[in-house]
Amino acid sequence: MRDFVLCLMAHVHDCWHCGAKDAASLFCRYCNTIQAPTPDYYEFFDLPRRLALDPEDLKNRYYTLSRLLHPDRYTRRSEQERRFSLEASSILNDAYRVLRDPIQRAEYVLREEGFPVGDQRNKDVPPELLEEVFELNMALDELRSGDLEVLPQLELFRRNFLDMLARIDEGLEELFRRHDAAEGDERRKILAEIRSTLNRRRYISNLVQEVDRQLAARNA
Amino acid sequence: MSTFQIDFSSATRKRIIGIDLGTTNSLAAFMDLTGPEIIPGPDGSRMVPSIVSLAEDGSFVVGEPARRLLIDRPERTVYSVKRLMGRGIEDVQEELKLFPFRIAEGSEQVIRLQLGDRAFTPPEISAQILKELKRRAEAYLGEEVTQAVITVPAYFNDAQRQATRDAGRIAGLEVLRLVNEPTAASLAYGLDKRKEGIVAVYDLGGGTFDISILRLHEGIFEVLATNGDTHLGGDDIDNRLLSIALEDIASEWGEDLSHNGEAVQTIRQAVIRAKEELSFLPVTVIDIEYRGRRYQRELRRELFENLIRDIVDRTLGPCRQAMRDAGLEPEQIDEVVLVGGSTRIPMVRRAVETLFKAKPHTELNPDEVVALGAAVQAAILSGEVQDKLLLDVTPLSLGIETMGGVVSKLIHRNSTIPASATEVFTTSVDGQRNVLIHVVQGERELAKDCRSLARFDLKDIEPLPAGMARIEVRFLIDANGILHVSARDLRSGKEQSVEVKPSYGLTEEQVEAMIRESYEKAEEDLRERQVREARVEADNILAAVEKARASDAWLELSDEERAAIDAAINELQMVYHAGDHHLIRAAIEKLDNATRKLAENMMNTAVREALKGTKIE
Ligand SMILES: Nc1ncnc2c1ncn2[C@@H]1O[C@H](COP(=O)(O)OP(=O)(O)OP(=O)(O)O)[C@@H](O)[C@H]1O
Ligand SMILES: [Mg+2]
Ligand SMILES: [Zn+2]
Repeated sequence: MRDFVLCLMAHVHDCWHCGAKDAASLFCRYCNTIQAPTPDYYEFFDLPRRLALDPEDLKNRYYTLSRLLHPDRYTRRSEQERRFSLEASSILNDAYRVLRDPIQRAEYVLREEGFPVGDQRNKDVPPELLEEVFELNMALDELRSGDLEVLPQLELFRRNFLDMLARIDEGLEELFRRHDAAEGDERRKILAEIRSTLNRRRYISNLVQEVDRQLAARNA
Repeated sequence: MSTFQIDFSSATRKRIIGIDLGTTNSLAAFMDLTGPEIIPGPDGSRMVPSIVSLAEDGSFVVGEPARRLLIDRPERTVYSVKRLMGRGIEDVQEELKLFPFRIAEGSEQVIRLQLGDRAFTPPEISAQILKELKRRAEAYLGEEVTQAVITVPAYFNDAQRQATRDAGRIAGLEVLRLVNEPTAASLAYGLDKRKEGIVAVYDLGGGTFDISILRLHEGIFEVLATNGDTHLGGDDIDNRLLSIALEDIASEWGEDLSHNGEAVQTIRQAVIRAKEELSFLPVTVIDIEYRGRRYQRELRRELFENLIRDIVDRTLGPCRQAMRDAGLEPEQIDEVVLVGGSTRIPMVRRAVETLFKAKPHTELNPDEVVALGAAVQAAILSGEVQDKLLLDVTPLSLGIETMGGVVSKLIHRNSTIPASATEVFTTSVDGQRNVLIHVVQGERELAKDCRSLARFDLKDIEPLPAGMARIEVRFLIDANGILHVSARDLRSGKEQSVEVKPSYGLTEEQVEAMIRESYEKAEEDLRERQVREARVEADNILAAVEKARASDAWLELSDEERAAIDAAINELQMVYHAGDHHLIRAAIEKLDNATRKLAENMMNTAVREALKGTKIE
């Protein structure tokens, strides 16, 4: 509930058009004119800051907002309204792209909450994967030197990693639910946990990509 | 109050037309009460061939009349100029081998084509085609047309889009939106049907190939993925057949005609005819008559298909990529729509059917559906159509060059537009005042393999120790697929000045100069026409007065009245050749006043005659 109140409060400003004091975001609640859009993705969709989102509901909100904000609807309006529409539509599309993907959504929330997310490739091997990664690299070396007998083994690795990813994703769903139910310090603890899960996930998905790349190079 | 009303109505009721500016054919359409309609020319023709010729007097011949000039005046006539839009000289070396483009000297910065003794950029030539469409629209609709939606291949990059918009501006059209051709086609396709589901639009025209996959849902046309090749189309098939015919003729006649512009165009038109016939017949004859000699060669469809197989196959890779990007299997695609003249080729239809495992729709006219869709989009912009909305994507990833020439992607391909990304830049040397950002478009890892869009120069940065400045740059791709860049100094919160150096195409100043020039030309044209019309009117009134001199009515005038008429005639004759229609009209007015009594007398005479029962002339 606290989140909800916050998101209503956050973007209160004067209407550029009629001058009303508490105009609200996107459209003025008095004259209905388009306003400077909020850059906050959750606020934009008028959603509480939850990690578990209903994709169907998100999609419906996206279509509704698109119909209201798209530049096509503002061709014959004032310069100012056209600018806000362009600005708002670009934030809407960016926000939808991020929020509809659970991983990007979690990364967004982490960043907003001040948990910097590991960029690009994370060089540190998660300790529990040390052995597997070592064996994988050996197999990849053999593949590069033309040994095709490692192919079944690589395929096994690949399936194994995909299984791990699936399990991680299940775990993430659970973490999301716990995050949404928690508050304060508890919530931040869960966010930290989510961050390390995401780093592990990224590491494994990079491994899968690497295997795929090598196999593709082999086949080419 | 009244001015307010006039402003109001002219601002809201102005008609927006839709234009398909094609490589081979261009069309205009508008939204009629019952739906989108093609705007025909005065002769009833629906397409304007995209051919432009410069006449001796400096005017342009556009469309069907210019086709003949491809043969008679090859050095002053150009076709398929869309292939050069927004491109640099080094990109078009391949085209130059295959197309008779004559590149003018000094084309390093911007390509210019030589037509006779003058040189024009591709947007200026395209503008001539747009002007012809504008004229047709104005004549047909009976009103001035100044706003348009113009279609572009979905796979066009930023520079090609800019060039298209420049062409519109030079032609005196405000381009309210650039729409992707396959998306426009889907609008026409899904307009009156309550269509829902996944649609693939396969567009193979004269010069470009596009594939777009859309989801249609409650009036929203959402593009999921797009792909294509901006240099693949019927032209490539024509060139293949042309080079075979040239070789064949060389061995039969013992003469190499490949450098003879007139002969090449004659042969080209013959192979195109043969190609188009083979879409309906199993066999045809390439039949060429040139300077009294005759060349004939039978061409069977099987052989033709073997000749063009690789060209058709080149369309399949982009289709598969688009499906991958959309996360869809062929079975999930509900409908396939064919667009573009080259989809009439049976082999193309078979390839599409095999790939998508669905029989493609062919009930739409593939030549017209893009223009019709553009008219629908125009009606969406004007507010006439409110229940439809197009959500399109950017076809190419946008990135910036980083250390070592590696591209860092900011906006990924197939992102719904408008789309944006922000990036914070800093300085690497103490006191550095400029930061240069190189923006590229494409999917490759290295900047040199991508398409350079522009260099943005962040200027007048406050001098600080290295790494302390923080400039936030916002990259925004608008609904036309065109990039905008703005920058802000995060420390001061102030707008940061950015200078744009486009890698290709025209600068803003150049476009403005061209608009001015064409505007001045238009003024000149208008003046001339007004003078001509005024002279015709003068001729009429002078002839009428001369005839009246022989009548009784003339005798009934007083001497003064006759003198006044003679003076007015004299005055009109003096200004007749002055070239100012205001003067001519004023003199006509005077003569008209001076002859009022005469006209009255004549009328009375006529009435008297009529009463006497005599017939008047
Ligand atoms: N019956 C046919 N069989 C084969 N090709 C045909 C047939 N009719 C037209 N074409 C070819 O279709 C091409 C023109 O198609 P279209 O008018 O759709 O292209 P365009 O819109 O001008 O080009 P683009 O969309 O690539 O810019 C030409 O190459 C023409 O020869
Ligand atoms: Mg076309
Ligand atoms: Zn207001």
